[in-house]
Amino acid sequence: MNAIADQLLVLVMLINLVMLGSSRLIFCIRAVAIQGVILGILPGLIHPFSGHLAAITAGIILAKGVVIPTLIIGAVKKAHIRREVEPYLGFVPTLLLGALFTALSFVFADKLPLAPEHRDLLFVPASIATLLTGFLLLTTRSKAISQVIGYLVLENGIFIFGMLLTEALPTMVEAGALLDLLVGIFVMGIVINHISREFSSIDTSRLRALKEE
Amino acid sequence: MLFTLVLLPLLGAIIALIVPDNRLRPLILPVVATAHTVLTILLLGSDRAPSPEGWIWLDPLGQITLLSISLLFIVCAWYAVGYLAYRRERSNRVMCICLLICLSAMTSVTIAQHLGMLWVAVEATTVSMAPLIYFNRNARSIEATWKYLLICSVGIALALLGLLFLAYSTYLAHHEATLLLGQLLATARELNPAWLHAAAIFLLVGFGSKMGLAPLHTWKPDAYGEAPGLVGALLSGGLVNCAFLAIVRVYQVCLASGAEDRFFQQALVGMGLVSMAFAAVFMARQADFKRMLAYSSVEHVGILAIGLGLGRGALFGALFHLINNGLTKGVLFLSSGNIHRSYNNKTTDVVKGALTRLPWSGGLFLAGFIAVTGSPPFSPFISEYAIVSSAFIDGRHLVGALFLVFLAIIFIGMALTVLPMVMGAPPDGLEPTDYRDRLLTVGPPLLLMGVILVMGIWPPPFLVSLLHNGAAMLEVQP
Repeated sequence: MNAIADQLLVLVMLINLVMLGSSRLIFCIRAVAIQGVILGILPGLIHPFSGHLAAITAGIILAKGVVIPTLIIGAVKKAHIRREVEPYLGFVPTLLLGALFTALSFVFADKLPLAPEHRDLLFVPASIATLLTGFLLLTTRSKAISQVIGYLVLENGIFIFGMLLTEALPTMVEAGALLDLLVGIFVMGIVINHISREFSSIDTSRLRALKEE
Repeated sequence: MLFTLVLLPLLGAIIALIVPDNRLRPLILPVVATAHTVLTILLLGSDRAPSPEGWIWLDPLGQITLLSISLLFIVCAWYAVGYLAYRRERSNRVMCICLLICLSAMTSVTIAQHLGMLWVAVEATTVSMAPLIYFNRNARSIEATWKYLLICSVGIALALLGLLFLAYSTYLAHHEATLLLGQLLATARELNPAWLHAAAIFLLVGFGSKMGLAPLHTWKPDAYGEAPGLVGALLSGGLVNCAFLAIVRVYQVCLASGAEDRFFQQALVGMGLVSMAFAAVFMARQADFKRMLAYSSVEHVGILAIGLGLGRGALFGALFHLINNGLTKGVLFLSSGNIHRSYNNKTTDVVKGALTRLPWSGGLFLAGFIAVTGSPPFSPFISEYAIVSSAFIDGRHLVGALFLVFLAIIFIGMALTVLPMVMGAPPDGLEPTDYRDRLLTVGPPLLLMGVILVMGIWPPPFLVSLLHNGAAMLEVQP
C-alpha cells in the first residue's frame, strides 16, 4: 500500500508544478480539486480501516474535491475572469523555482529527525514541496482567485503532514478544521465578487488605497 | 454550564437569522450578552474539574480571558443597539449573526484544553469577523477585508502546521500523538526537542500574526481603520485576547519542556519590543485616528508579549493588562466610532474640537487616551508598572529602559493626534449629520471607563486572586 501512496504523492507534486505553469484559472481550480481528492484517498492507504478514517476520507473528498472547487468556479464565472494575466513573477521563473523547491524539500526532509517508519515514505517531502508551492502562488500571483488557490495548496501541504498523525486530530477537530476552511473559502468567494464589482477587476494590485502616507 | 455558554450565542444567532425586522433584531445582542456575562460571573467563583477526557476546562487563564471578552461584549452589544439605529438603511442581519457566532467561538477558545479544538475556534473567530469589517461596503473596506482574511488565514494555517509539529514531537516521544494540553504538560520533558522548537516558531508566527505582533501586523491598521468602531473594539479587545491565550498555551508547553522556555521567552520579548518600536514610529503624525488606534493596539500586544516573555513578576502585569487593554480599547473604539459618525470623517484635518461638538464622546475619547497611554489613576497604569518594575528587578535593564522610552514616544505621538482632535473649536462649515450623543451610544463606553477607573484605584480582591492563580500557572515549576 505504501508504494501506491508514494506514487499518489508524486502525482500531488506534479500537480503543484502544473499549477505553477498554468495561467488558466479554471484549470488550476480543477487541479487543486484533484489534489484534494488524492488527499482524501491517502489516509485509507496507510492506516487500518476505522469509522474515523471513513469519516475523514468522505469529508476531505467532499470538501476539497467538490464543494470548494464549485464555490471558487462560481466566483470565477461571476467575475468573468478566465486567466491570470499579469503575475508579479512570470510563469517560467515560478515553475523553475517550484522545481527547485521540490528538489530542496527532498534534501531537507532527509535531514529531519523522523520516526523510522516514516523515513522511507514521501509524505514529508511532498508536504514541504506543496507548502512552498502554495507560498509561491500566494506571493507571485496578482488575481484574488489565484491567491485563494495558493492558500488551498498551502492547506493541502499541511494536510499531507497531518496524515502521519491522524490520532492527534480526532474526527471532531478534523471536521471543525474542514468546516472552517469551507466557510473561509465561501467568505473569500463573496469578497472576490465584491472586489470585481467595485474595481471591475479582481486584480489585487489595485487594492492599494490603504497605506501610510 | 460551559456548554450553555457556548451554545447560547449560537441560539441567538439562529434567532437573529429568523427575525425579519431590522429594528427588533439588534435587541437579541444585549439579551444574549447579558446572559453570557451573568453565566461567566457565576463560573468565576466555582472551581470545576476538567471534563473526563480533559478536553474542556475553564482554568484560571481561561477565566481571565473569558471575563475580559464577556465584559467587552456586553458593552458592545448595548452600544450596537444604539449604533445600528443610525444604520437602519442597511440590513444588520449579517452583523448580528456574525457577532454572536464570534462570541461563541471566542468562548470556545477560552474553555478549550485540546489545542486542535483551540485552533478550530481561533480560525472560526477570524472567519466570522471578516463580513463585519466589510459592513460599510465601500472600496476601502473591501481592501481591508481582503488583506485581513488572507493574512490571518495564512497565519492561522501556519499555526496549524506548528500544532502538527508539536503532535509529531509527542509521536516520536511515545508513539502516540496527542494535542491534549494536560498530557502535553505532563510529558513535556520527553518531547523531541527539534520538533518542539519548530513547533514553537510556527505557532508564534501563526498566532502572532493573528494577534498583530510586529512585523506581522500589516493587516491591522487597514482592518481597524475601515471597520465600524464596534467591530474594531471586538477585534482589538476580543480576538487579540483569544490569540494571546493561544500563545499562552504554547508558552505553558514550552515552559514545562524545560528546554524551549528560554528561546520562546526571548522571542516574545524581541517581538514585543519591535511591536512597540513600530507603533512609536507610525503613531506620530497619524492623520487617521482609527489607524492611530490600530497602532496603539500593536503597541499593546507588544506590551503583552514583553510581559509574558519576562516571566516572574511581569506575568501578573501581563494577565492584568490583557483585561485592561481590551476594555480601554473598547472605550476608545466606541467613542471614536461616535466621533466618526458625527463628523462623517476620520481624519484630523476635519475632526477638531470634539469636546465642544460631542462633550460626552469627546471626553470619553480623551479619558481613554489618558488611560491607554498608562497614566494613573486608570488600571493600565498598574499593569504596565508591574511589567516594567519586574523588568528592572530581574536585571533586564535594557528591556525596561527601551519599554519606557517607547512608552514616552508613543505618549507624545498619540497626544499630537488626540489633543487637537478634542480641544479647540470645531471647524466652520461642517456638514450636518444626524448623530447626537445618546444614552445607548455613550452609556456603554462610559460604564467601561468606570470599570477601568475602579480597577485602577481599587482592584477587586477576587480579580487579584484570579490573576495570581493565572500567573502561578505560568511560573517555572521546580
